[in-house]
Amino acid sequence: MSRRLAVDPIACDAHGICAELLPELIRLDEWGYPIVDARPVPPHLEGLARRAVAACPTLALKLRSAQA
Amino acid sequence: MRAPTEAPPATALPRLLALSPAAAPGLAAHLERWGPPPPGGPGLIGEVERAGLRGRGGAAFPTALKMRAVAARGAGRAVVVGNGVEREPVSFKDKALLASAPHLVLDGLVLAAEAVGASEAVLCIDRGAPDALRGVATALTERSRHMPDPVPVRVAPAPGAYVAGEESALVHWLNGGPAKPTYVPPRPFERGVGRRPTLVDNVETLAHVALIARFGAEWFRALGTPADPGSCLLSIGGDVTRPGVYEAPYGAGLADLIGMAGPSQAPQAVLVGGYSGAWVPVGAVSSLRFDSESLAGVEAGVGCAAISVLGAGRCGLMETARAVRWMAGQSAGQCGPCANGLPALAEAFDQLVRGGHGSRAERRVAELAQVVAGRGACHHPDGVIRMATSAIRVFAAEVAHHRELGPCGGHPGALTVPAGRPVWR
Repeated sequence: MSRRLAVDPIACDAHGICAELLPELIRLDEWGYPIVDARPVPPHLEGLARRAVAACPTLALKLRSAQA
Repeated sequence: MRAPTEAPPATALPRLLALSPAAAPGLAAHLERWGPPPPGGPGLIGEVERAGLRGRGGAAFPTALKMRAVAARGAGRAVVVGNGVEREPVSFKDKALLASAPHLVLDGLVLAAEAVGASEAVLCIDRGAPDALRGVATALTERSRHMPDPVPVRVAPAPGAYVAGEESALVHWLNGGPAKPTYVPPRPFERGVGRRPTLVDNVETLAHVALIARFGAEWFRALGTPADPGSCLLSIGGDVTRPGVYEAPYGAGLADLIGMAGPSQAPQAVLVGGYSGAWVPVGAVSSLRFDSESLAGVEAGVGCAAISVLGAGRCGLMETARAVRWMAGQSAGQCGPCANGLPALAEAFDQLVRGGHGSRAERRVAELAQVVAGRGACHHPDGVIRMATSAIRVFAAEVAHHRELGPCGGHPGALTVPAGRPVWR
């Protein structure tokens, strides 16, 4: 099942680790907050996406089942 | 018990507002005009669906969908919240409705509670609205004596912040937190007040529910358009001679609505939907109707139904700059893109007003709009961006003027900018 990245913007504290681990899908805005690609995560990046989610110090980055 | 009151002519106005400014808002006058509320129950949801009622707090979400979602999850334990936390500076229709027709709102609140199987109803009112608070308090005393409600109702005077009226913020506050939005899902209909499924409806929406329950969907749809049925309350202000709350059917001519409030000489533009709405050029006004389809053609919407007229001698850019600065100050500060992006947007707008050769502030506005939109937990930043980008579009000639010649000398004040910091508890 395809999944998408999402950020809880209230929890996010702009640590920026996610963008370092997954620059293919996450970039930072001028204040250091992540802008995530909202499209389904391609299969070859799923492992890295899971790592980025696990590495988020505030648990703000999430992988969600893509809604139809 | 008296027989139910015969339905008033379906096309007669006003429906929600008092028949005369001197009309008493008391229970006797209410029952004289409308008759007692009918017995409540789940059947009302289908009637609201057939009526096509949409929420009047700004988002225009179909009311029956929310009711059905809560009823499916929470029969017997759900909570209904009437949302009268109207903190939009140019909107005053909810406060006026609560002060002048509190029983209609309370009827709708209780009928909605019975329809979704709620065991409790809460009416949230802006703490800074004394007339609304007094009107509702008096009405509740009258009801407890003469017409006890089948569902307990309490009033919650909510703190003063623009986003406090956002439904997740209101639920957060009712649960003991600050009146700041929460990350959704779960949405209130899934897990709201006391973790129970919660229906949050604007107070004008509830007043319409009270009339749909009495007179039916067909009666309700006799006014308005197929997509936006019914009448609506409008807050018309800015540079007009008779600012106030008016009631009109959706689909009424925008120029006719402004005409009711006595526009100033040679208005330049109209802000539709308050500080999360959009500017509409005055040249488009005569061809526009006040409904979502017509307004979509100029990238506007009905929003909270506030109409603010920008008169001659004003500067639309300066008015927008003041409103953007105020809205930036109303951010809950929880989300980085909003907490940083809105002050940056306000700075860009100030630069736009100051102008001067070489200013490219409108590019900065466009860049910020693109980066910040959709990245807050709530839609507060999106609304500010909608207003700001509409100003760049509608006041394009003024942008060029300011860039070349600096400030135009327009005097501010068409739009209200309240003093004070937001209060969260």
